[in-house]
Amino acid sequence: MRQPVHLLPPGLALVTGLVTAAVVLPWLRFVLTIAMAKALAVLGILLLLRAGQVSFGHALYITVSAYTVAFVAQNAWLADIVLLLPTGIAMSAALGLLVGLFVARYRDIFFGMLNLAFSMVFYSLLEKAYHITHGTDGIRVPLPRIAGITLDRVPYEWAIFGIALSLACGAAFVCHRYLRSPAGQALAGIKTRETRLEFAGLSARRVLLLAYVLSAALAGAGGAIIACATRHVTPLLGYWTASGELVFIAILGGAGSVLGPLFGAVAFELVRVYAAAAFANTWQMILGAVLLGIILFAARGLWGIYEDLFARRARA
Amino acid sequence: MDLLLGLALLDGLAYAAQVFMVAVGLTLIFGVMRVLNVAHGSFFAIGGYLAASIGVFIAAQKLPPALAFGGLVLSAALVGGILGSLVEALLLARIYAKEQVLQLLVTFALFMILEDVQKLIWGVQPIFEDTPVKLLGTVDVPFGDDTITYTAYQLFLLPAVAAATLVGLVLFLRRTLTGRLIVAVTLDREAATAMGIDAQKIYLLTFAFGAFLAALGGALASPTTALVPGVGTNMIVLSFAVVATAGLGKIEGAMLAALLLGIGRSIAVYFAPEFEVVVPYLIMVAVLLVRPQGLFGVVETRRV
Repeated sequence: MRQPVHLLPPGLALVTGLVTAAVVLPWLRFVLTIAMAKALAVLGILLLLRAGQVSFGHALYITVSAYTVAFVAQNAWLADIVLLLPTGIAMSAALGLLVGLFVARYRDIFFGMLNLAFSMVFYSLLEKAYHITHGTDGIRVPLPRIAGITLDRVPYEWAIFGIALSLACGAAFVCHRYLRSPAGQALAGIKTRETRLEFAGLSARRVLLLAYVLSAALAGAGGAIIACATRHVTPLLGYWTASGELVFIAILGGAGSVLGPLFGAVAFELVRVYAAAAFANTWQMILGAVLLGIILFAARGLWGIYEDLFARRARA
Repeated sequence: MDLLLGLALLDGLAYAAQVFMVAVGLTLIFGVMRVLNVAHGSFFAIGGYLAASIGVFIAAQKLPPALAFGGLVLSAALVGGILGSLVEALLLARIYAKEQVLQLLVTFALFMILEDVQKLIWGVQPIFEDTPVKLLGTVDVPFGDDTITYTAYQLFLLPAVAAATLVGLVLFLRRTLTGRLIVAVTLDREAATAMGIDAQKIYLLTFAFGAFLAALGGALASPTTALVPGVGTNMIVLSFAVVATAGLGKIEGAMLAALLLGIGRSIAVYFAPEFEVVVPYLIMVAVLLVRPQGLFGVVETRRV
């Protein structure tokens, strides 16, 4: 049997690396903040992947939360991150429960397609309801306070970066514990043989619903951070390719560990920024090629590569 | 009011015909290979772009304009025969043993790559080439007390091609040897292989043919709309909805679902434009709520 690889050393290395990078290269701070926000959403995708289900619509929950933050922040009294973050997350989780009650009955392609359908419906509502959402122009988010303190631009960016990083690490830890709990272990049962799960006295629908609501809340956390960091929300956040991106990152990072999404999101955003700068018209092509390479030659993602290296060293 | 309804029905019919061409290929490929091909929208878009380029070439060389119809078919054959076969042989053939999620993502990666390929070749400016529509002229359709002037291309040619595809495909699958081999692989790949059927060859054939149909849909659509980046994206999402509504792998069902969603969408275009994009999904969700396996899908017994 394969020795389990400890999560703490690579996790600490990641945090140290990210903080160092943000200090040394200030322009990376924003990129890494977005990467952590996406990592949060990808953690949610990871939970569903454990059940063998892939959602092509989770950008929906990012968008719901981001727009909630944008709307609430218009009111100067309420524009405080301490309030905005939980509100966004709660909205996403509530919608996740509503949609989840419906989609948890479906599996595989139907599960993916229904999620896609819901996200596209919401996307077009945002786009068309111009008098409320300003359509494709999007909404500006006024600079929120942080626990009652109004910060300048640079300290504010640092604060958001810190919040994003700690939320992502915290969420990774919670997911790690959740996946080891009975409810988390049961997810694997949905993937392998659902009937067996039912015989064991567990409701597959309820197991999946819990994971689904959690994943929606995680995506909501990511969305709230994106809204606070970019300070401008547009319907494009919820386009189906954005949802595809989340699944992409999950595979890139590797679905085997909760640290996979963090590594994956950082790698993805860095490749994207560099590719977009160096090859303005072909960056999507480069991302596609990277995804193909990962699937064909390293199906367990970046985390799998790390595991292999580590396991080899331990044996030697 | 009546006039608008008539226009909506005619538009819906023409649109349903286009969507059907893409959806039928998608559902055929899924039925045989169990892969939901996200890149199918790219085949649609590339088919359209290539047809427009061939049309422009024919016009520039002062060749007889009627050749434009040949150009539509030629572009579809090129996309299906060359691009479709290459994709299957070089890429998909390597991943049939992997998880379904990964197979889906391979086609998603391919979609991302092909999107940029389109931009590199044809740029981001809208391209519009409508010789075939002009050639066929217009028809006056009586509708109640009014008459609607509509292009013959959209009224006759598009639905005719879609209907011919449906009938041809059903006959092909039931009556010819190759068609029956495809059905055999669909039903039980292992048993079919044990009988000596070359499943690899069937996969290649099916995928190339599915790509051909999508490209033909794109080629047929190109004279009626301007081609812009993202045209394939919208089409793929809609044909997913058609395929899921119909039930995966159901060819006749795809026609009905395409009509349902296509006409529903164009009624929305005329009467509630803000819901244009939403209506097809609402129909799909409504159908799946009542019949989780789609209109014509059968509940599959899970194999151990």
